[in-house]
Formats: sequence, structure tokens, C-alpha cells
Amino acid sequence: MSTVTETPEERREIIVEELEAVTIRFAGDSGDGMQLTGSQFTNTSAIIGNDISTLPDFPAEIRAPAGSLPGVSGFQLNFSSHDIRTPGDVPNVLVAMNPAALKVNLPDLEEGGTIIINTDEFNAGNLEKAAYTSNPLEDGSLGAYRVHRLPITTLNVNALKQEVKLSRKEMDRCKNFFALGVLYWLYDRPLAPTREWIKAKFAKNEEVARANEIALQTGYNFADTAEVFTTHYTVKKADLPPGKYRRITGNEATAMGFIAAAQLAGRTLFYGSYPITPASDILHELSRRKNFGVKTFQAEDEIAAVCAAIGACFTGNIGLTGTSGPGVALKQEAVGLAVMTELPLILINVQRGGPSTGLPTKTEQADLFQAVWGRNGECPVIVIAPSTPSDCFSMAIEAVRLAFKYMTPVFYLSDGYLANGAEPWRIPDVNALPEIKINFVTDPTNFLPYARDERTLARPFAVPGTPGLEHRIGGIEKQNLTGNVSYDPENHEMMVKLRQEKVDRVAQDIPDIEVYGDETGKVLVLGWGSTYGAITSAVENLRREGHAVSGAHLRYLNPFPKNLGEVLKGFERVIVPEMNLGQLSTMIRAKFLVDAVPFSKVKGRPFQIREIVRKVEEYL
Amino acid sequence: MNTNGNETIEHKDNAEAAASPEAYAGSMAAGEVAPPVAKLTKQDFVSGQEVRWCPGCGDYSILNNVQKVMPELGIPREKIVFVSGIGCSSRFPYYMNTYGFHTIHGRAPALATGIKASNPDLSVWVITGDGDALSIGGNHFMHVIRRNLDINYILFNNRIYGLTKGQYSPTSEVGKRTKSSPSGAIDYPLNPLSVAIASEATFVARSVDIDVKHLGQTISAAAHHKGVSFVEVYQNCNIFNDGAFESFTERAVRSDKMIYLEHGQPLVFGKERNKGIKMNGARPEVVELNSETGLTADDLLVHNIHEPDPSVAFMLARMQQPDFPQPVGIFRQIARATYEDLLVAQIEEAVAKQGHGRIEKLINSGDVWTVG
Ligand code: SF4
Repeated sequence: MSTVTETPEERREIIVEELEAVTIRFAGDSGDGMQLTGSQFTNTSAIIGNDISTLPDFPAEIRAPAGSLPGVSGFQLNFSSHDIRTPGDVPNVLVAMNPAALKVNLPDLEEGGTIIINTDEFNAGNLEKAAYTSNPLEDGSLGAYRVHRLPITTLNVNALKQEVKLSRKEMDRCKNFFALGVLYWLYDRPLAPTREWIKAKFAKNEEVARANEIALQTGYNFADTAEVFTTHYTVKKADLPPGKYRRITGNEATAMGFIAAAQLAGRTLFYGSYPITPASDILHELSRRKNFGVKTFQAEDEIAAVCAAIGACFTGNIGLTGTSGPGVALKQEAVGLAVMTELPLILINVQRGGPSTGLPTKTEQADLFQAVWGRNGECPVIVIAPSTPSDCFSMAIEAVRLAFKYMTPVFYLSDGYLANGAEPWRIPDVNALPEIKINFVTDPTNFLPYARDERTLARPFAVPGTPGLEHRIGGIEKQNLTGNVSYDPENHEMMVKLRQEKVDRVAQDIPDIEVYGDETGKVLVLGWGSTYGAITSAVENLRREGHAVSGAHLRYLNPFPKNLGEVLKGFERVIVPEMNLGQLSTMIRAKFLVDAVPFSKVKGRPFQIREIVRKVEEYL
Repeated sequence: MNTNGNETIEHKDNAEAAASPEAYAGSMAAGEVAPPVAKLTKQDFVSGQEVRWCPGCGDYSILNNVQKVMPELGIPREKIVFVSGIGCSSRFPYYMNTYGFHTIHGRAPALATGIKASNPDLSVWVITGDGDALSIGGNHFMHVIRRNLDINYILFNNRIYGLTKGQYSPTSEVGKRTKSSPSGAIDYPLNPLSVAIASEATFVARSVDIDVKHLGQTISAAAHHKGVSFVEVYQNCNIFNDGAFESFTERAVRSDKMIYLEHGQPLVFGKERNKGIKMNGARPEVVELNSETGLTADDLLVHNIHEPDPSVAFMLARMQQPDFPQPVGIFRQIARATYEDLLVAQIEEAVAKQGHGRIEKLINSGDVWTVG
């Protein structure tokens, strides 16, 4: 790093403008490292105190043909000096590493937005792959935007070829860090956190580490000196509550939450899973936490994964399985077995676009019915749903608490947006985490495997290894108390009702739903799961304009919080934005006879704040 | 021997066992038998539940033998778990006074995996049938075997679906006429032992319900094997497939039509012990041992259950009536680390390197910054 790092003697005149929030979308070929670039920018922004929210957008193919439209990978990031809850409705800035990335992402960019283009890739071949009939850099079609044309590939190689001994291909792989350097200058971010990251990541390959560092620094210097940019922006620290923070994605928080829950309960966490997008990261994360005693089992299929988890439950450990919608479809018979045998199975569904294989890398919330009703027979389970990436941690602990307390399976509904989206997480105080008590029975006197706790109706938990409590359980209907096989019609009806009653009683044990805003008014916007950020921001905006709009968000979907009916009554209208065709709204209508209005979006993308605002305005 | 949990058969109550009681006489001991800790008896393993198989069903004999072997293992009752799927045989756990789990069709091996992996201290037994293991549970069959958990896996093969009243199964012979194959089955049957060996089984054996002494020895040997022990038991379903095996298991013809594999011994059979299996190139052939052929036991294939290469075991598993005597006994037994031992070793190694995981440290990992 010799010449390239020199600071020019005379600094040119640069205007510094302060912004409240910026939304950038990094887009390039799936081999261009856009996810990495985006997450580095996110990390740095979080460390310097901005609030952040991200939305990665992966192509379904691992390596679609280079330069093709299906091969475009994107990463959207919203960073701000105030509290934000979504990755931003529309990007203000688009970084397009090739023509396909420009073509796919331009329609989303704000009017008059900024585009940073790697002009080197705009050759005839790539233009054709992106189905451009003329070169957008030349045909005037980008006239409405502020376009910065940078020959990034060339600039990057020129900076590296004298400095490192790497092949052309290897040098080209660093160009995303060149682009990142440019963006760091443009938004006034320090290079140190990314430098540290590069050092750690490529510790075993010094030459590659050096190349990436040079690329990053050169990009930064280039933006500083070349007369491409006249303005440079700052986004101040956000006013976040004091505490220690880290950046977290939903999948990371989910994995950590279950590890924490296992420690709080003093039991082994057993995770049975089969690789599936977008849940696999939970398997990866748990697999590397062996020093926590976590046992992960990569099963031969989804069914084996859930069955092994039920086996782990039977031994008194935390039996967890994780998957996405198609995997849940395969597991449901086994979930029925856990309902019948009243074991505390926990199932994570990181929902994705369906039906069938659907849109594996895109988000959706269309598995709510599947969770609540999707099994044979009357087969109730507890259903909960985290609302933000951070909330995934708390709700994982809650899943374990409820499963063991009520001896009944719990569905934990995350989705692709929560799973991969990131935000700053205020690290909780370990001592303030809830206690999880598991009561195993050991006394053989009057032991009955299907006796019931008066309050929860849970059956006693007697695990193999306990002398004198040997008993048999199974999927055939059980006689209450004894647990013996029973075909008695009266007993069956009683057991069906008991299993339902047990889940219903969970309502006594969960927090009331809170109303954001006034308890009464014109419109209540009711949501569940990952729509929390968009809904709350929309309600906030509408309230600021003086509208009688409130929000409420469900983290418990079966049973509902016990005050939900009362809350609904306080409003003339209930609008339910969901990434499905109206599943929660159907449940609300059925249960409370309230004329809830569904607001559907099933495009594999999260709601924008303005979409919800516009919908609510129709009812004001 | 079953399908989708459709339990429709009217099992006759309180039937008598198929095998005559005196047939149980004699020593069951095989391998090294641990001394019984609390002096348990067979009776200690009989649960209070009324046994509901059809009178004369081969399942009775298997139950009886398993209950008889249990006290010899020296494992306390509370540490034993029987896991089953769906089918006639899968009622088995209800009759054992141990922990038991009657699960769903085909999935017993997967549950057993979770049980053993999360508590390696338990003695885990999977009881299954030909439909349960090889049709609906075919995938788990293969994978539970290759993982080599230290569990015992007993497949009751009656070549029929009994519980759903008599449809052909994946081990039914071609041409088998049943309610669902009135013109004869056109599926080629699977050979469970071949699949087990191909799936890297470390213990593979076969026995017959009515040969109680051999059955007891086989179950005992399976229990003592460290690793997955796969045992196929020919089991007569006297209601829907009566006599499926009798052409070679009948007492009168047994010694001529079956061969008892014994480790370290040449493959001799026949009432007069005058026949054997000799290798002719890569193929086995049946030969007579007499002065005319000039062959003696020294010319025969010598059975070696510990041979690392599975080819011979596979070849033996393919031998069948009427061309060959039907082989029973232990086909293969090799030593290999178990899944649960490797799993625990990885955890211990991680703890040794990184220390016991603490939540505090975990949630504070990565880039952490402080506000205010
Ligand atoms: S296997 Fe056959 S004889 Fe045995 S219980 Fe089933 S139907 Fe009856």
C-alpha cells in the first residue's frame, strides 16, 4: 500500500450535507459479493451508532449464469439517526455492478435517486444478457437520476496489479471492496471495522487480505480525490436507549435464544433438521455451538428430523426441529404424535413463498393456517411469532417455557425477512432472562402418566431412566390418567377437549396485547410477525398527521391474548396487513365476529410503510 | 406388515403363544452375558397389558424370547426403551414392562435416533415389520443403519400387511395373490439383509420365530453388539400369510433346507451334515461331502463374521430356497465407532478447547458497541 494511500496535498472543496436516513441498495451478480458488501456497510454503520435495518435479496440459484437477470443479488440497508424499523421503502442510492443489476433494481429507486455504476461491465455481452437493446449509459434513459459512472473493475485492477501477486480473477474478486470504499467516503464511515474483519477473515491468506484492504482504501481515496462526487454526507448517531449493542439477524437470534433457553432450563438442546432455505443458517449456527452441549442432527429428511426431536423430548431434553413451509408439510403427522403423546416438541418454521417449492429465497406469511390447523384430527398446538430479528431471541425462550409448562408442541413462526434481516440488538442482561422450570416426576407412588396438573392440565413428565415409572406412550388415543390405549368414545371426546383446553389455557399465561396509540379510535392496524416494523412506522406517521389510528401486534396466535376481543371493540375498523391472502383476518373474523379488512401482499417482499399508510387512508 | 396406521384388524383376545413352552428349555446364553444386577426375571419384563395378537401369531414367540433375554443383559428396566412404528409387530412396546413409545408408521428409527443421541445411557430397541421398515420407512431404515447408533433393530418379516388385513408387502414374492393384488403381485421383493449390508450395517443376523433357541441366542448376540444390530426374524402370520416360511422352517425339513451360520465354522448343513457351500470362482454352490465327490468340510467356505469386506456376507444374504439352504445366524459383525460416541466426543472436544459455553459470552460475541 504505497502510492494509493497518499493524501493529496490540496483537498478540493467538498460540500458536507447532513441526512437523517439513507437507504442504499447494493446490487450485482451473485458472484460479486454484494451480501458481504452490504453487511460490512451495515456493521460499520451500527458500530458508529446509526440505527439500521436490512433486507438481503438472494437469487434462488446459487450461481445463475454470470451477468444474467436471475443471477442478480441485492442487499438493501436503511441507516438512520433516528429510530427505524424497516429497511426503507425505496432506495435513495443504487449501486449497480452490472447491467442486469441496474435493470432489475432501477424500478425501485426513488425519483431522482443516485446511481453508482460500474461502467466496465456495460459491454455488449452483458447488455445483451440483461436484455438491454441499447446502452442505458448512452441512450439518455437515466436522465432523471444522478448517475456516477465509475470504471470500478479497471480502477481496482490498476490499484492491485503492482501490489499483490494474484491472478486477474482473484483481483477482480476484490472489486466489491473498492465499491465499499467509495461508499464509505460518500457517507463518511470509518474503514477500521472492515479492515479488522478482512484481517480476521483472510488470516490464512495474507495476499488476499492485503488485496482487499488495498481495494477498500483505494476506493475510499478515489472518491475523496476524483472529481466524481461533489457532496459527501453524514448521518448522525441515532438516539438509541443506552446499553451494549450488537447487530443481529433473526436466524442468529433464534439460534441464540434456543441455546439460552436450554441453559436456563438446564437441559440439552437437540436440534433435528434437514437443510432448507431459509432455515439452514439456524442449523449451521447451532452446529458450531458444541461447547454449549448442543446436539445437532442433520437428518435424512424432514420427517426424520422432527421424529428425532420428538425422541429427544421423550428423554426430557429440548427437542427442536427447524424448517420452512414445505418441510412443515412433511412433519405434520409427527407433530400430531407429539400432540397425542403430549410432549414439548418445538418446531421453527422460517416461512418462505409458497405453495410447493414456491419462492425459496423470498419471504411470506402464508403458513399461519398450516400451523394452527394443518394436521389431521383436532390437533391444537401453541403458535407464536417473533416480530423483529431481536424478538426472535425472546420468543425462542418463550417457546421453550410454554412447551414444557403445558407439555404441548409449540410452533415458532419466523419468516425469510426476519431470518436474514438485521438490526441493532440491545444485548439483554443474562440475569434478567426468565427462569425455565421443568418438573420431572420421580416418585412412583400413584404415578399415572396422563394425570393432569390442575392449572395447566399438563401431564407429568417421567423420563426414561427414572426407576419405577416405566410406561408406554403412543399415537393411539389414550385413556385419561392411565395413558393406556383406549377406543372408548366418551374418553376420546374428553381427550380431544382436554388437549384443546390445555392450549386455550395458555392465554392465562401470556401478556395482553398492547395497543400502540389510543385504546379507541377509527382504525386499528393489526399485524403479526415480521410486518411489525412497517405497520408500526405507518401508524406512527398517520398519528403524527393527527389521525385516529392505532396499531397492535400479535406475537401469540394460538391462543390469542385474552384481551384481544376487547381491544378490537375499541375501533370502527380493523385492518390486517399480511403477506398472505388474509389468514389472520379470517381467524379474527371467525373468532370475534369483527369485520376485519385483510390487506394482502404476496410478492415475496415485505410491506413498505407507504403501502400501509395508503391503505389505512382509504378508511379515514 | 402394515400400512398407514389403519388399525382395523380384530385381534383375538388373550391368545396362546405359538411355540410350545418346552421349546424354551435350554441355555440362551451367547457371547459374554453380564451378571443380572437386581436378579430380574422374565416376569419383570411382562407389562400388565393384555397381549392382542391373533392366537398362533409368530409375534408371541418373539415377545417371549425378548422378555427372556432381557434379565440376562443386566440392564435395569428403567434404562430400556422399546420404540415401534405401526403394524401388528409394533404393538410390542405395550407388552414390555420398560419405557416404550409406539410411534407412527415407518418412523421408529428416527425417534430411536433422537432418544439414543440425546441420552446414550439408554438401551434402545426398535421393533418393526416389513411394511413399516421397508416401505413407508425405507429411507429411515437405510440411514439409521449407516449411522451406527448402538441400538437393536428387530424386523418381523411376515411378507404381508397384517394389520390392514392382508395386502402384499415389499417382501412378498412376485405373483403373490392378495386383496390388493388379485392377479398376483408384480413388484420384485426386497431382501432386508441385502439392504442392511449395503447400508453399512455393523451387525446383521436372521432367525426364525419358531426356532426359539436360535432366536434367543440371536437376540442376545444383537443386544451385546456395540453399534446398530439388525435382526430379521421370519415371522408367521397365520391369518393372512400362513405357512410363508414353513417349506424350510418345519422341524422335519429344517436341517436340510436351512443352514446355520457359525463364526469360524465351514458352511455345512443337512441332517447327515453331508452338504455344504463351496465357492466356485465368485459364486457359491451346494456340494455333497462324500467319497464320490472327494470333498470334505475343509473344501467349504469358512464363515467369518468379522470380515471387513461385506461381499461374502452379501452373497450369503442372497442365498435362498430352493437353490440354496436358507441361511440364518449372524452374517456380519464388525467394530465401528457409534454415532452417539462420536457426537459426545465432539462436544467434549469443543468444551476442552473453548470451555463450557456461557450465554453471557455468546450474546456478547461479534462486533459489540456501547450507547450512552
Ligand atoms: S401378524 Fe398376522 S397373525 Fe400376527 S397379529 Fe398380525 S394379523 Fe394376526
